[in-house]
Amino acid sequence: MFFFVLRRIGVMLLTAFALTFIVFYMTNLPPNLEKLAKSEASVRMSDEAVASWLDENGHSGSVFLRYAQWVGIAPGWVRLEDDGTTKGRCIEAGMTPEEAPRYCGILQGQWGFSTVFKQPVSEVLGRSLGATGWLMFWVMAVMVPTSLLLGVLSGMREGSRTDRVLSTFAIATTATPEYVSGVILIAVLASATAGVSPILHGWGWISGKTLFPGTATSAMENITFMNFALPVATIALYGIGYIARMTRASMTEVMTQQYIRTARLKGVSFRQVVMKHALRNALIAPFTVIMLQFPWLLNGVVISETLFNYKGFGWTLVQAAGNNDIDTLLGCSVVAVFVVLVTQLISDIGYVFLNPRIRLA
Amino acid sequence: MTDTTWDPSKPILEIENLSISFFTRLREIPAVMDFSCTVMAGEAMGLVGESGCGKSTVALAVMRDLGKNGRIVGGSIKFKGRDLTHMSEEELRHIRGSEIAMIYQEPMASLNPAMKIGAQLAEVPMIHQGMARDEAWKLARQIVADVRLPDPDRILNAYPHQLSGGQQQRIVIAMALMSKPALLILDEPTTALDVTVEAGVIDLVKDLGHKYGTSMLFISHNLGLVLDVCNRLCVMYSGEAVETGNVKDVFDKMRHPYTQALFRSIPLPGADKNSRPLVAIPGNFPLPHERPTGCNFGPRCSYFAEGRCNAGDIPMVDVRDANRHESRCIRIEEIDWDAPLQAGKVFEKTPVGRVVLKLDDLKKYYSVSSGAFGSGSKKVVKANETLSFEAREGETLAIVGESGCGKSTFAKVLMGLETATSGQIMLFDENIQSTPIQSRNVDTISQVQMVFQNPFDTLNPSMTVGRQIIRALEIFNYGKSDEERRDRMLELLDLVKLPRAFAERMPRQLSGGQKQRVGIARAFAGGAKVVVADEPVSALDVSVQAAVTDLLMDIQRKNATTLLFISHDLSIVRYLSDRVMVMYLGHVVEMGTTDQVFSPPYHPYTEALLSAVPIADTRVIKQRIVLEGDIPSAMNPPPGCPFQTRCRWKGKVAGNLCETVMPPVRVLEGQHQIKCHLPDDVLANMEPVIKIAAE
Amino acid sequence: MQDALTWGQIIAGLAARLFPVWIALAVLFAASFGFKRKLGLYGRIFDSPVGMIGFGLVMFWVFIAFFADMIITHDPLVQVSGMKNALPGSPVKGMEGAYYLLGGDHLARDVFSRVIMGAREVLKIAPAATVVAFMVGITLGLPAGYIGGKLDTSISFGSNLVLAFPVILLFYLLVTPEIRDTWIPTTLAAILFIFPVVFLAILFNSRFFTNPKQRNLYVGAVLVIGLWAYSGLAFNADPLGVWSMDPNVLNVFVSVVFVNSPGVFRIVRGMVMDIKTRDYVAAGQTRGEGPWYIMLWEILPNARGPLIVDFCLRIGYTTILLGTLGFFGLGVTPESPDWGSTINYGRRLLAIAPHPAVVPAIALMSLVLGLNLLADGLREESMKD
Repeated sequence: MFFFVLRRIGVMLLTAFALTFIVFYMTNLPPNLEKLAKSEASVRMSDEAVASWLDENGHSGSVFLRYAQWVGIAPGWVRLEDDGTTKGRCIEAGMTPEEAPRYCGILQGQWGFSTVFKQPVSEVLGRSLGATGWLMFWVMAVMVPTSLLLGVLSGMREGSRTDRVLSTFAIATTATPEYVSGVILIAVLASATAGVSPILHGWGWISGKTLFPGTATSAMENITFMNFALPVATIALYGIGYIARMTRASMTEVMTQQYIRTARLKGVSFRQVVMKHALRNALIAPFTVIMLQFPWLLNGVVISETLFNYKGFGWTLVQAAGNNDIDTLLGCSVVAVFVVLVTQLISDIGYVFLNPRIRLA
Repeated sequence: MTDTTWDPSKPILEIENLSISFFTRLREIPAVMDFSCTVMAGEAMGLVGESGCGKSTVALAVMRDLGKNGRIVGGSIKFKGRDLTHMSEEELRHIRGSEIAMIYQEPMASLNPAMKIGAQLAEVPMIHQGMARDEAWKLARQIVADVRLPDPDRILNAYPHQLSGGQQQRIVIAMALMSKPALLILDEPTTALDVTVEAGVIDLVKDLGHKYGTSMLFISHNLGLVLDVCNRLCVMYSGEAVETGNVKDVFDKMRHPYTQALFRSIPLPGADKNSRPLVAIPGNFPLPHERPTGCNFGPRCSYFAEGRCNAGDIPMVDVRDANRHESRCIRIEEIDWDAPLQAGKVFEKTPVGRVVLKLDDLKKYYSVSSGAFGSGSKKVVKANETLSFEAREGETLAIVGESGCGKSTFAKVLMGLETATSGQIMLFDENIQSTPIQSRNVDTISQVQMVFQNPFDTLNPSMTVGRQIIRALEIFNYGKSDEERRDRMLELLDLVKLPRAFAERMPRQLSGGQKQRVGIARAFAGGAKVVVADEPVSALDVSVQAAVTDLLMDIQRKNATTLLFISHDLSIVRYLSDRVMVMYLGHVVEMGTTDQVFSPPYHPYTEALLSAVPIADTRVIKQRIVLEGDIPSAMNPPPGCPFQTRCRWKGKVAGNLCETVMPPVRVLEGQHQIKCHLPDDVLANMEPVIKIAAE
Repeated sequence: MQDALTWGQIIAGLAARLFPVWIALAVLFAASFGFKRKLGLYGRIFDSPVGMIGFGLVMFWVFIAFFADMIITHDPLVQVSGMKNALPGSPVKGMEGAYYLLGGDHLARDVFSRVIMGAREVLKIAPAATVVAFMVGITLGLPAGYIGGKLDTSISFGSNLVLAFPVILLFYLLVTPEIRDTWIPTTLAAILFIFPVVFLAILFNSRFFTNPKQRNLYVGAVLVIGLWAYSGLAFNADPLGVWSMDPNVLNVFVSVVFVNSPGVFRIVRGMVMDIKTRDYVAAGQTRGEGPWYIMLWEILPNARGPLIVDFCLRIGYTTILLGTLGFFGLGVTPESPDWGSTINYGRRLLAIAPHPAVVPAIALMSLVLGLNLLADGLREESMKD
């Protein structure tokens, strides 16, 4: 078991380095750097000026070396200027070269400076992750119990009317990506000209023009049902369908197993067959699915936050990517890759623990 | 919940005119028609028939568990006088598990993988008797000891996958016995087990049946097992009971043509491929929606009378001068049942030619990493140890052994799918032990071919039969044009006695036996000299087995092929092989001619194996030798003699020789080899296991 | 000045415009129903109501894309003054008898015509990208599952790498205007597009190598046509100028294939590991078949059921991905009528004029729903064997 975890962590670290390197490479492509130079210094720079600006700011040279500096496993670049001062990656304003640390990368907690938000990246990320954390929490709290319940209910008696209704619902939600469900939810519930809001307003049931607000910006300060329901529903809807279908498939498979027949012919009641014999075996597969859903959930978060203007992680990612904010984008990638890999690890280990056949083999 | 009004002299189970159908979108498929039988208290009733005859459906109908599509369309099932067909789910729930219990074919699949054994056992009395948890566990412990499992406490706290197949089946039996049911239904309970393990389980079932006075409904395709276990017997064919009666009556005085044909198609002692070949039942089992009018067996019956047998429904009639013996045949009085079998074709014994295949000291070791996560130390599995033998042209050499004995590994090495660790394989005068199949030339490959075990797996489901044979011809560079290959393919279909129209069929349109014939045709496409047949008939029904075995023998005679026949079934081995090699955990423990191996002196393992094989002949008297425990894992073989953990003769060897020293190969009279420490005088005084009582 | 249409009139108008689609659907269904027993798995779709509804929805959009030129009422790119955010059913100013059936968008273009043309955009890319992704996934998954060992470990590591990438991040890195100036899209295209050619060449070679004449014909044809198309699509260097791809589309196409292939790879690999234990595979091995023949002709055809089901699901998923790209304004020209970007522009005015966003949203949903239902029906029918 110990070796298994150790090996998984090894593979995970390797993956993390490979992925962050790819991201680093792709954000530091020459066209991006050129754009950076022009936006930081002057738009009308000549090509030579761009080259020298990049050189002065440590953006030239081998990409591997720059990556290693960014991670913090190679010493930051140091450069003696013509005017006698020493500039360096790790030398902040008001610091002498001697005081500055040799290494300053991600591992040392130096995440760089955001050109869009004019703040250190670590602060930007901290704030936006906090906001997204709440969003994710509520999404999970809604999505996981609902989808498991739906899946178990429909998989318990395959082909029954409950099964058909619930399965159709699940298929319909998996066909509705977040940008579609978000748009429809807003149109139906938060539009002053369409959907239910004008009708309710006409009846005098709601005082405002719309039932739900069309943005979730106010949820940054204070989360309420009204301002959070739509973004959460937008993300959860797609996931509910997907996980419910997985659970259903797993449940129907378990229900046809011989040991379920054994239990039934032992005289166990249907309720007990489901609760005691089927459930645990049926939930092994959905558990891994839920964990592996994270890369996709991140998509949902980005779309939902953009749509509802909720300034969390996804919104930050879009801003950074759209404005060539290299350090922030890199920071976002590190966080995203880290989250995905950790959930994969949890999923692997959890699978082993849930399944006694593997654990004790 | 015992019904106090029930009179023990009345039948426990009384099935009358039961009809069951399955409903699909297209049609109603009758699975069981007009089935009647009674089981008295303490009686064991056997249900025998080939696959698809409806025997399992009857069992599930008694449990009222026919699934969504199955329905009882007529008749009644009375259990202790109460009609099960009209019971509500709730009433049924009280009977299931407490008064009627069931044991299934696949022990691993019948146990919940995520629940401890103890919890699964204790559940039964907790539901039915409302027993407290502690008490139920205590009872479970006692029953586990009753089914002769060692260390009950450890077993109760184990998960199913931690037990071996034999142990799991004992647990399933224990579970069925937890609330001392009045009726026990066993659906092929030992089919998935090795023969020596099967013998132990069967013994246990018999003993417990006596001990608890349980009635049994025992479903099997194996007549020998039924003879072992049951008092009464019901033979089924295509959804109908065709003959019922006491086991002895039916075995010795059968009164239905199907029963007779069935017995003539199984290899009993005395049958011989040359002088007394088996008689296969012609034709195929009718599909449920294609049953003929009148007698279902009519089209395959040698006593068929046009206009009578196919005129109308045939009722069950009592056999004259017999006790509770019935048959579904209208010509029962006309047929001379004692007429001797018309002598079929008798063959000359094929002469044995030059040495084709020679193995010398062949070894095959695997290194496997132990532990599920591939982290632990590497371990060496010795799959084959010092295999040496010769096989000659036209000879049949049987390789006998149970799971894990290394026979499949040997086949792989011979075929070139694996290379040998050391030793030599000579095919004619070519060394092939370390040539993987990719580097073998086409001639070598086409000379050694294989027939596989599972008929449902042996053909590619998405290619026509003809195409698959033609592909083999292409690969073996046969013929110059597509036409030539096509002609040859049709000839091969003739050779295996399949209609030429089958060339265009897809495998799913063929029956198991037919698929196996195609597999044989494919193996002989390149004119194979050596054919490895890996349990080629063990997955087939008995009546089909005879036909396929016959076919193999036929082709062998024509082509003087060397046949390496891998099997665990000693009956068929005795019937068709010239020489026999018995393997256990990678070692050849005994080798000799068929007569030498089947008569004393035996290797102790051969002796046990012979005793374990059920024989469907009332005249046979067997010594009962039941091996303790399971076959050790090849990953972790015992020190010394591989068989020492289960050997009953170990006491006769001085000191701890068996536990420490690998026995040498001893050559007895007539090149008969035995790998055993037993002294000569003990070997010489061994009793034969099987005796045929004088009539 | 004409009156605006009522909702009933709008629906009647829509139905009338879609007339060619109804005819085509009726013909297709009548023909399929008549011969359903002879059509194998395709015919069996018509046994399952779910599959039939799904198939109907999918074909509805396919026919719309096919007949788009006949269906549209206005040029999807032309702006008509005064029709900005016009409500559904509004008469077009200055044009007698013309209506914006589903209203106008923020640039006063006809929403209905844009959605119809958008179907063409989606159905041009999604199925083709899925086919290429399948070729890549199959060509890599077969040896990984069949041969295993180090080969499997390394390909699996690579595929897990891509799977661990959050899709949205990948798109933001891969589908930017800047990246078109670098070597990345062309190289990716060069790698990914060679797979179909390799796949087909190996497919025919392994089957016909016993008959060199036939083999040379098939493999030669594959190589000539394949490499010709390859040079045009991947490098835009087709000497005859028949095959070419807009660099924008190429970038989108390549990214979508790149994201989808590892998923296919995983499925194929798993199925191969299962099927390779069958006896007919062993039979192939013992008669000395090469590994590629066994993988492509013995294993792959028997994995087709689940692969067809996954193919349908994956076209739907690709459609969603294309929509995502459009939604973030990545890789497509601003005036493109594709559904994702239309939703993107429409969403900003959702509170006052929802129809420009809702119409393409429903279109996209119904297409994906159709594909999902079709996959479900196929799965159920193929399990009935």
